[in-house]
Amino acid sequence: MINSPFVRKAASVQSVMLQVLLALVPGIAAYVWFFGAGILVQIAIASAAALAGEAAMLAIRGKPKAIFLTDLSAVVTAWLIALTFPPIAPWWLTVTGTLLAVVVVKQLYGGLGQNPFNPAMAAFCLMIVAYPALMSQWPAAGQLDFKTQLDLIFGGLRQVDAITGATPLDALRTALRAAANPDSQVHGLRAAQLMDGPAFGFLGGKGSEWIALGYLVGGLWLIQRKIITWHIPFAFCAALLVTAGLLWGVRPDAFASPVFHLASGGAMLGAFFILTDPVSGATTPRGKLLFAAGAAILTYVIRTFGAYPDGIAFATLLMNILVPIIDMKTQAPVFGHKKD
Amino acid sequence: MLRKLFKFHGGVKPQTNKERSTTAPIAAVPLPDRLVIPLHQAVGGHPRPLVQPGDRVFKGQRIGGADGNLSSAVHASTSGLVRDVAPAVMPHTSGLTTLSVIIEPDGEDRWGELDKVNYRSTPPDELRDFLRDAGVVGLGGAVFPSYLKLKPGKEGKLKTLVINGAECEPFITCDDMLMRERAGDMLKGILAMRHMLQAEEVLIGIEDNKPQAVAAVQAAIAASGQSGIEAVAIPTRYPAGGAKQLIRVLTGIEVPHGRRSTDFGVQCFNVGTAFSIYEALELGRPLISRLVTVAGNVDAPRNYDVLIGTPMDHLVRLAGPRADTDRYIMGGPMMGVRLPAFDVPVVKATNCILVGSEAMFPAPAPEMPCIRCGECAKACPADLAPFELYWFSRSKNFGKAQEYHLFDCIECGCCSFVCPSHIPLVDYYRFSKSEIWAREREKEAADAARDRFEFKNHRQEREKLEKAEKLAAKAAATREKVAADGATAPAAGSDAAPAAKPAPDAAKRALIEAAMEKARQQKAQAAPRNTEQLSPDVQAEIADIEARREIVAKPAASPLPPQDA
Repeated sequence: MINSPFVRKAASVQSVMLQVLLALVPGIAAYVWFFGAGILVQIAIASAAALAGEAAMLAIRGKPKAIFLTDLSAVVTAWLIALTFPPIAPWWLTVTGTLLAVVVVKQLYGGLGQNPFNPAMAAFCLMIVAYPALMSQWPAAGQLDFKTQLDLIFGGLRQVDAITGATPLDALRTALRAAANPDSQVHGLRAAQLMDGPAFGFLGGKGSEWIALGYLVGGLWLIQRKIITWHIPFAFCAALLVTAGLLWGVRPDAFASPVFHLASGGAMLGAFFILTDPVSGATTPRGKLLFAAGAAILTYVIRTFGAYPDGIAFATLLMNILVPIIDMKTQAPVFGHKKD
Repeated sequence: MLRKLFKFHGGVKPQTNKERSTTAPIAAVPLPDRLVIPLHQAVGGHPRPLVQPGDRVFKGQRIGGADGNLSSAVHASTSGLVRDVAPAVMPHTSGLTTLSVIIEPDGEDRWGELDKVNYRSTPPDELRDFLRDAGVVGLGGAVFPSYLKLKPGKEGKLKTLVINGAECEPFITCDDMLMRERAGDMLKGILAMRHMLQAEEVLIGIEDNKPQAVAAVQAAIAASGQSGIEAVAIPTRYPAGGAKQLIRVLTGIEVPHGRRSTDFGVQCFNVGTAFSIYEALELGRPLISRLVTVAGNVDAPRNYDVLIGTPMDHLVRLAGPRADTDRYIMGGPMMGVRLPAFDVPVVKATNCILVGSEAMFPAPAPEMPCIRCGECAKACPADLAPFELYWFSRSKNFGKAQEYHLFDCIECGCCSFVCPSHIPLVDYYRFSKSEIWAREREKEAADAARDRFEFKNHRQEREKLEKAEKLAAKAAATREKVAADGATAPAAGSDAAPAAKPAPDAAKRALIEAAMEKARQQKAQAAPRNTEQLSPDVQAEIADIEARREIVAKPAASPLPPQDA
């Protein structure tokens, strides 16, 4: 080393990624508690597929393997895929999604730091378009024991329509649409009454609201560790609350409450772990606020008026497209050029 | 009274490593066998050598004279014999040489005659010349000639004189020890500066990890009975000692890149500079020594009062370098420069010799790709987006790099320090800056070449024009002569026909010559025509010639057979 600085802080990509993984642990623990250990199997499958795909691509690209396999970035992608895919998705679905994320979305774009799109979310979108049915089968909390889960993951036969339903988000949307229909049995019921069903908990989906709480705890820890800044989670939650609040305020019978939106689906995972991906997200403080707020509004629109169970993945990709211009237009004034 | 302090964005907190070198007082250094004094030690013009090999010099004798408006004198640090005036390796990473005066000390350390000056009764211009010739330059590391900074702004006075005792670089403690041991004299230098700048208030900024220095300076201020001077403890955060950052912390003012701080009513000097101004004005001693911290991979880190030109290894030997020492760094670990040899001389910019080894400053882990985590942007005290500058530098998109304020980068190293991908970010900016400078130089050279070319064309054009005019005048003269001959010929005798014969021939020849000349000119210069853009005199002359031509043409044409209609 010839040039200064000659000292460096002990920091590494590996340590950043490791802390992200640790921060996911509370959410995963809640997941296991309410939905069974099947998710751990999914995490293992996804991690193995991610590392294998990464290793193969590094070999093809002639890049050093040891350093890039141990940076843990592929593992983070794998965990996010496992946590956003249905826990009873067949193993090949998880593997295909993970390989798409690592091989196509990440490595073909140049590997670590080069991907314009969030790999996990790109994989989610590709798979939900390709396999809408398989990607929409979600068991209720405590519904399936570990053996059944294993059968579903590794078994060929999938007669699960009877035992799995939609996500709470999906369920509520369907119910609300039904309630708006004068011919329906549930006509006239309000959102609050619809949420009395067994799939729902205090705030969101039964069980899944605790997972969201786990992500929240882990995410706050990441902020405290200065791995992420407050901007994206704050702007995402605030924009989601405001958007949902506006419609709910006008017609509480026809729209889900803002708190339900926050506690359901991938909102917390998105706010703290997905949108905060530095590679594909905005980087300036103001840019992060815009980026996350845009993602929240898109998420709400897709959830409420779209056909997919959740909107986080599409919203993330759409906002990823806008990142270059957001960053360019939100550069903060530099030293001596501020107008304060 | 607690002063309101301001914050600058970013900054880092590296391990300070300052304790060990502050346990013992400042020590003297035995005279070395030879001193190598580079003539060029400060920002600005290269001083002219004033001595020759074989000359005897006194301590403090000027050996290099300031050259031009931005330059500073250099002096013999001890008495002795000038052995040589020759290029020697300078303390810089490049390992380049610079013209140096090599002095063999005679051991007597004899001062020459010392001129003191009373700053209160001397006009400011004379004071500035005096300080230039005393070789006083900024000792914080920038080595900018101080006399140039001792001018108040346009208003003729200054609001705040900031004295920089922050010393934010790890390991370095020479300013700390100066303040602890020499606060009184330093204060005298500050008072002189305050007088020259007509400053309303003086703020001495010291990082709060130096409580003893703060106390010593406060005691000196109290003892002097002066008001309007305050020693302010500021939060310890690198680079609080950057002039702009310190001005920001103490006054809230942000001086933009490329602007003079005096335009904002502020000027900033290092504490060491203040002390050397005191020595120059009140003792008549030019800048021939400075405090140097020897720290790092040595048994007894310490501060020394070192003669400029002392070989570094001579100095480091006193502190007991460890066996695995493999490098000297001049300055601190954040901004210092690794030196090409151990025996390079201590110069005015040498605030610290950081002795290093592979174990002490290990090479960073392999460089990883940037993940845009933004740690660098959070750490940047200039509010830049370092990772964007990195992308632009990598892709050699220098225009974009400048758009993102590359030249506002102070190369403090905070971004490289925090980068989890271990990217040597500052190196990328240094590369970009030097590329841009090189391109600007190329452009300037090209511009100059074009100017030269255009001037040459212009000159050639003018010469052609002058030549053509001369020829035209000659032709006209010939025609005139011919016309005169033609006019006299018929009158001469009745046998006009044979006598007139040669006259039309001559006239014809002159006309043909003139026409050919004209055609040649037109061919040589399609545009502009040689009759355009002439002075009124010349135009009048041409009109005159044209008129005469009419007259000439008539008699010349008359003997010819009439043209068919």
